[in-house]
Amino acid sequence: MDDVELRELVPQVLSVLVRRGADFATAEDAVQEALVRALSAWEDELPSDPLAWLVTVSWRAFVDLARSDAARRDREVRFDTSPPTEVVPSADDTLQLYFLCAHPELTPSSAVALTLRAVGGLTTRQIAQAYLVPESTMAQRISRAKRTVGRAGLDRPGDVRTVMRVLYLVFNEGYSGDVDLAAEAIRLTGQLAATVDDPEVDGLLALMLLHHARRGSRTGADGRIVPLKEQDRGEWNTELIAEGIGILQAALGRDQLGEYQAQAAIASLHADAPRVEDTDWVQIVEWYDELLRFADTPIVRLNRAVAVGEADGAPAGLAALADVDEHIPRRDAVAAHLHEKNGDLELAARLYADAAKNAPNLPERDHQTRQAARLNQMLRQHR
Amino acid sequence: MAKYLLLKHYRGAPAPVNDVPMDQWAPDEVEAHFKFMNDFAARLEDSGEFVDGQALSPDGAWVRSDGEGRPPVTDGPFAETKDLIAGWMVIDVDGYERAVELAGELSAAPGAGGDPIHEWLEVRPFLAHPPTVTD
Repeated sequence: MDDVELRELVPQVLSVLVRRGADFATAEDAVQEALVRALSAWEDELPSDPLAWLVTVSWRAFVDLARSDAARRDREVRFDTSPPTEVVPSADDTLQLYFLCAHPELTPSSAVALTLRAVGGLTTRQIAQAYLVPESTMAQRISRAKRTVGRAGLDRPGDVRTVMRVLYLVFNEGYSGDVDLAAEAIRLTGQLAATVDDPEVDGLLALMLLHHARRGSRTGADGRIVPLKEQDRGEWNTELIAEGIGILQAALGRDQLGEYQAQAAIASLHADAPRVEDTDWVQIVEWYDELLRFADTPIVRLNRAVAVGEADGAPAGLAALADVDEHIPRRDAVAAHLHEKNGDLELAARLYADAAKNAPNLPERDHQTRQAARLNQMLRQHR
Repeated sequence: MAKYLLLKHYRGAPAPVNDVPMDQWAPDEVEAHFKFMNDFAARLEDSGEFVDGQALSPDGAWVRSDGEGRPPVTDGPFAETKDLIAGWMVIDVDGYERAVELAGELSAAPGAGGDPIHEWLEVRPFLAHPPTVTD
């Protein structure tokens, strides 16, 4: 059993403990302790029923933790100390756990951390490394989050929208440290999709798979950004693309369109084009129009302007851009691209330089600087 | 070992010798600069002298409290003339001489025409923890 298979059992074990009356915060610590023990105890031989093993060991750990806590606070302990004999985790309980970790009272960063730990089974150290913060900071964030949701209990009705937002945030963090957050987000979203009947969850899963399939080709060896039109499409993972498109088509067939399905549809049209010039930009614009019905945000409008520029030419793209809020990140970069396409190289070069100044991260700053330098060199040669 | 902060400024430092904005450099000069910066950080990691490096956005504001029950007062975005930090590198080195040597190398990153930029970097020692033995 590998690390991921082991972690797949975490939400089931945790929900059994909570169902049995354990408080969420202590139960979660107990499950983590059982995971650590499993790693060494299972090295030579797997137990015949790993789930039951984990439940038993977690429950014992919980009893110990609760007792020492009670002793410290000079209180009586009132719960069944015998290990659970029956282990019947239900999909419903796992779903409740997702809801709990994406509780609306949590800040996004707390919900993300708690989901990765309580549902994902990652250690605090792994989560801290992934988000580049000290382990003690992450430990505090998680324990505060647990206290917040501990009061809520496992029976409140949940909102799958908040869960999807949390998983999307995890996916977008991508990769740093020894945990691949994008892959972890895909795993957790797949698990959620198996538990809940909602085409939007399938849409989110498809969206993640389709983006993940192109990941390797999006950055060069030195960390540089490789724009879509320059990406080596031979490097795209066709298996993930096929899987994503299959999931998306089944979801779309249910005729309950939403934001994530529309985004996935756009991603699928890119993934489906063998060469950049085969891209069906007209259909992409149509999907952006659909997307606007569900999420009319400046970022969607900005991306739509790029697509319009490709489908109907640069002047149409610039007209679409005129509606977009001037203060959003990357607007200069899109304006630069459209003006370059429109033949106004001087304005484009200036806008690329502005885009570099306002870039939200270093690879983008470097990328926009390269674009400005490229155009300025062309302009010098034509003078 | 002693820690030093190498500070790079967007504005406020004396003008560098080779003072051409980066978007005016030839594309291969831009690449050479990026490569130099990557190699420099990698070399310090290799030698065990690198602690941290971060870049800052030019955006931001001054903020101060305006008293209880009132929102903080902000002043910004920063006016053109203000001293504006662009980023930093924290190094852990044997002493001041080594810190100055490394800042000098960093300042000589290639710029327009492939010539060194000779930009001014600020080198600031950290106030260290008190030592165990003081007498």
